[in-house]
Amino acid sequence: MAQILGENLTLGYEGKAVVRRLNFTVEAGDCLCIVGENGSGKTTLLRTMLGLQPPLEGRIRFGDGLTRRDMGYLPQQTEGQRHFPALVKEIVESGFQGRCGLRPFYTRAEKAEARRMLQKVGAADLAGRCYRELSGGQQQRVLLARALCAARKALLLDEPVTGLDPKAAESLYALIRDLHAQGITILMITHDLGPALPLATRVLTMGGEGGAV
Amino acid sequence: MIATLQYYWTFPFVRYALAVGVLIALCASLFGVTLVLKGFSYLGDGLSHVAFGAMSVATVLRFTDSMLLVLPVTVLAAVLLLRGGRRAGIRGDAAIGMLSVGALALGYLVTNLFSAGPNLAGDVCSTLFGSTSILTLTRGEVWLCAGLAAATVGLFLLLYHKIFALTFDETFARASGMGAGRWQLLLAVLIAVIVVLAMYLVGSLLISALVLFPALAAMGVCRSFLGVTVCAAVFAVVCAAGGILLAVLAGTPVGATIVAVNMAGFALFRLAGAVRGGVL
Repeated sequence: MAQILGENLTLGYEGKAVVRRLNFTVEAGDCLCIVGENGSGKTTLLRTMLGLQPPLEGRIRFGDGLTRRDMGYLPQQTEGQRHFPALVKEIVESGFQGRCGLRPFYTRAEKAEARRMLQKVGAADLAGRCYRELSGGQQQRVLLARALCAARKALLLDEPVTGLDPKAAESLYALIRDLHAQGITILMITHDLGPALPLATRVLTMGGEGGAV
Repeated sequence: MIATLQYYWTFPFVRYALAVGVLIALCASLFGVTLVLKGFSYLGDGLSHVAFGAMSVATVLRFTDSMLLVLPVTVLAAVLLLRGGRRAGIRGDAAIGMLSVGALALGYLVTNLFSAGPNLAGDVCSTLFGSTSILTLTRGEVWLCAGLAAATVGLFLLLYHKIFALTFDETFARASGMGAGRWQLLLAVLIAVIVVLAMYLVGSLLISALVLFPALAAMGVCRSFLGVTVCAAVFAVVCAAGGILLAVLAGTPVGATIVAVNMAGFALFRLAGAVRGGVL
């Protein structure tokens, strides 16, 4: 079966539906681009997939070796985060929290893994830098490395290039293409279809009834 | 001056005050960093007013150990503010403001209506500003405070990475399945315990100083989260010890003196940060 299957989903907050009767499938190795106007429920859909809120109706099923825990998440940054006093490696390592359980500290293997993930996103030299001194594009790479520490099979990206200059956006898209080429399933909310569309194997248009795939 | 200090040192209440004061300031500064970064700077203030209200009720009811009432009530308020607030439809800062001023007014009202002691103004003043209460701690209270403070510091060390993850990005933490909810709950309880302890040290109006100044001073000069945490802890310990000794020497109110020393330290750190950053 498909990795992620949305069946007859109605999504929203406090009983108010934003999205009605949405159906979609994501196969292993897909790159699904989610487009739609503001308020059409794109982020709500990601949050529901991550289990941060329950669907009002319908359900999301996982299959083909994928569980909710195998999805790494790149949320939109908040203002407070941009000025957060922390080293890059402290942030990347926090991606392992989901596996820690009651264990209070990170293992040596996890720390090495965090360094490898930074390398993977082309930010190996940033490990000892202060997060708030980085550019927007560098910060996104760091958060992507953290998402990869949390999960390896699928990435959920919420408007990854928002606020980046065109050059940084282009190089972030190139990175996402690389990760996709390595077999990671990508689900991405995006506003500018132009550069994102060549990456996409499926496009989900939100807004209105049903959602076209 | 050394001779005077040595003379005072022979009194156990001075040693008690110093030990308890330093421990409480340490706890408050550790959790202060996460409160400031999460945008809950005023939580300490709000909780302390709740603690004041509970304290007044406990006094009126002639509780022998006021902590028995104050602690549970404050913990409950902390949990409601940190977890339930967003569902009630009232924004976080407004909820803290309402609870804070409501508890303060009710506490004062209750004390006035059913005054239990002969010196009402003095009682209220010492609860609000902690004027001398720290110098009148009994041995049992010292051990209780020390035990609670030590447990809090220990838990902070064990939870350090979880606190970092929750502080930096709560949404990601929830999505990662680390059980963000229950850690948040534990955090709320610990913060309430610290506020109640701190009320004995600086009084309920001045608690925010112990939470804010060390964190803000450290954030101005340190680049890593670990650095900020350690720096805030050292800052708090030095300022609390300095403030208590100064208060004993000069005969000034303990709480206000500690806060004044914190302010001076903060100004110094800002200056150092500006010099290093090339602004000056």
